[in-house]
Amino acid sequence: MTVTSVADDLRASVRGFLTDTAAEPEVRRIADSPSGFDAALWGRLSGELGLTGLVVPEEFGGSGAGFAELGVVLEEMGRVLLPSPFLSTVVLGAGALLLSGDASAQAAHLPGIASGELRVTVGGVVGTPRCEAVTGSRGWLIDGTAEGVIDGATADLLLVFASCEGGTSLFAVPADAAGLSRTPLRTLDLTRRQARVGLHATPATLIGSAGDGDRIAAALLDRARAAQAAEQLGGAQRVLEMAVEYARTRYQFGRAIGSFQAIKHRCADMLIDVERMRVAAAAALAAVDAGAPDLPVAARVASSFCGDAYFAAAAANIQVHGGIGFTWEHPAHLYYRRAKSAQLLFGSPAEQREELMTILEAGRD
Amino acid sequence: MTETTSESLAEFRVRVREWFAAHVDLTGGSAESLEGVDAARRFQSALFDAGLAGLTWPEEYGGQGLTQAHQLAFNEEAEPYVVPTMPLLIGLGMCAPTLQEVGSQEQRDRHLARMLRGDEVWCQLFSEPGAGSDVAGLRTRAVQDGSDWVVNGQKVWTSGAHYSDYGLLLARTNPDVPKHLGLTMFVVDMRAPGVTIRPLRQITGGANFNEVFFDDVHVPGDAVVGEVGRGWQAAVTTLMNERVSIGAGGGGLGRRLGGGEYAALADLARRRDATADPVLRQSLASVFVEERLLELLSSRMREDAKAGRTPGPQGSVAKLAGAQLAKHAAEVGLEVLGTAAWTDDDADAERWTTSLLGAPGNAIAGGTPEIMKNILGERVLGLPREPAVDRDVPFRELRVGGGTS
Repeated sequence: MTVTSVADDLRASVRGFLTDTAAEPEVRRIADSPSGFDAALWGRLSGELGLTGLVVPEEFGGSGAGFAELGVVLEEMGRVLLPSPFLSTVVLGAGALLLSGDASAQAAHLPGIASGELRVTVGGVVGTPRCEAVTGSRGWLIDGTAEGVIDGATADLLLVFASCEGGTSLFAVPADAAGLSRTPLRTLDLTRRQARVGLHATPATLIGSAGDGDRIAAALLDRARAAQAAEQLGGAQRVLEMAVEYARTRYQFGRAIGSFQAIKHRCADMLIDVERMRVAAAAALAAVDAGAPDLPVAARVASSFCGDAYFAAAAANIQVHGGIGFTWEHPAHLYYRRAKSAQLLFGSPAEQREELMTILEAGRD
Repeated sequence: MTETTSESLAEFRVRVREWFAAHVDLTGGSAESLEGVDAARRFQSALFDAGLAGLTWPEEYGGQGLTQAHQLAFNEEAEPYVVPTMPLLIGLGMCAPTLQEVGSQEQRDRHLARMLRGDEVWCQLFSEPGAGSDVAGLRTRAVQDGSDWVVNGQKVWTSGAHYSDYGLLLARTNPDVPKHLGLTMFVVDMRAPGVTIRPLRQITGGANFNEVFFDDVHVPGDAVVGEVGRGWQAAVTTLMNERVSIGAGGGGLGRRLGGGEYAALADLARRRDATADPVLRQSLASVFVEERLLELLSSRMREDAKAGRTPGPQGSVAKLAGAQLAKHAAEVGLEVLGTAAWTDDDADAERWTTSLLGAPGNAIAGGTPEIMKNILGERVLGLPREPAVDRDVPFRELRVGGGTS
């Protein structure tokens, strides 16, 4: 089978599954629930569909696929705004473990991720860590706070970047560790939870070698940006469909509003952006799979563009819908919220453009 | 070409590479000027003699009857060179495909091989002062006179009319039916008595555009392309080939035209000590991103073409995004320069002001952004058309341009 048809089959199966299990009322129900995710649905995603093990190597119980395939799954999840710890567990959690090169940590945690029994998240991946780790007779102990940890209140295992004598390093902290406090935050994005994680002399296990944290965080951030670009693409494609559907069926002045160029051109602008998001996301995902030296560039191109374009599309969708578009009942605001949150999650587009310039200039020397 | 029947794609590629290496002196320059046309003719005739012209054209018209994969291989080998065939692109990319699809056998036999050799240069005579985006609203009349037709009217924005041998003319042959139904396409000899060509100076200062006046120009009956009254269908064929041509970067020969904007800007910013300005860095990075996305769209289109997949909306998207990029880059260029006044020897100012002045034309030629967005909205997204007030009205009752028909 060709690569394209494998991706098509995967897309069809994930879309079919989500159509059955994650229609809008269900998404709202899950988002409103205390945990913000559905354990039974998570079980089916990992067990029946094997999605949590998609990029986990076969030796750890996964299927060893690449980011091209993972992108298809994320795109479909982004389409329906599935409230699920998938991004945190699979992209961040499994990603950090794989990048750490720590064989024993991988053996300890990756099989659980693949089977769906272990939900993992990562704290402190963006910006300077505000945690400090010291080692002594009781092993490593961490003090500090990690802000805005995705699914931080419900993860079974937290991977935290903390600074220590050897430099920034990655540590594992189980959810039941002593001195760990988790405060759910109010989030603009109702379909993706975040938490503040406090650590007070919390025992932790070093992952990889001390001082390797900056390298892991940078590489993880590139992967996260590529992965999220796929999610953003899925969401933007969906809001474009919503806007077009409404513009075809909503009549004013005796005409479908989509026949007015003011509306038609707005929709065309969304399409132009969606087509560009598609190639940007695909290129970044391919760069992850190829281990391309260009990944830091491709990831920032994709993430800065997709962040801006998704938010513009989500806003345009509300505008096309008029009054109904800014009601609580209509799903448009869920995408608007997700789009803005996603735009800022792994560094704002402006920050990424600044980093891009630094990378491009360094590449000349 | 018996010698090439057993040639593999790789061997073909080598042959192209060797041909270019041996004919470097014919490459370079692509000016749309009289000297530019001579350079284009010399290049094209050498290409033809080497059996490398019209790769995907049928052999009966002087082509090579090869595949799209051969064309793509050729384009890739041509990449390092500046191919001077710009003045021939309207003929080869738009007029010739139209003759191949709807022209008479006699027209094909008479013109196609000569076009392919660069012996005949063609232009396209559609737009009029009163018929721009709404080209079907044109008013140039062709009236039957015995077996001939007599043409009166005015065309405008005609690229290359001043150096063309022939033109594809769209004229109204029946004003009593709705506008799309009363048009006929003709082949016209650009040197026929009664054809007057006047250059139009563009805002860049250049004059590649022309006004073309027809005063009692006699056109023979066998010059009708397709059928009388079916000129609109023929014109759609031409325009679709125009989009393919623009989408593929002029058959792959003009791809570098919009390229390298970021590199040029970054170089300028370094030389002008402007790379530390955080606001400018945002602009430079945005140009880089836009340019990268355009490259990705182009390579997606090439992959689709190679795989024989139906082209998606990427061609229209690329045209719109390309025009946007050219304008944005020119604006950033002037921002780096910091002034719009310069001395004669300032090549940077010359380059970026030329880009700035060329940008509006870039966006408008070959379909305005507004028309392109209508097409995307209606054909790709399936949004309803505007209610048409002109669809069922005889042309002579329509208001067109600044007056009436």
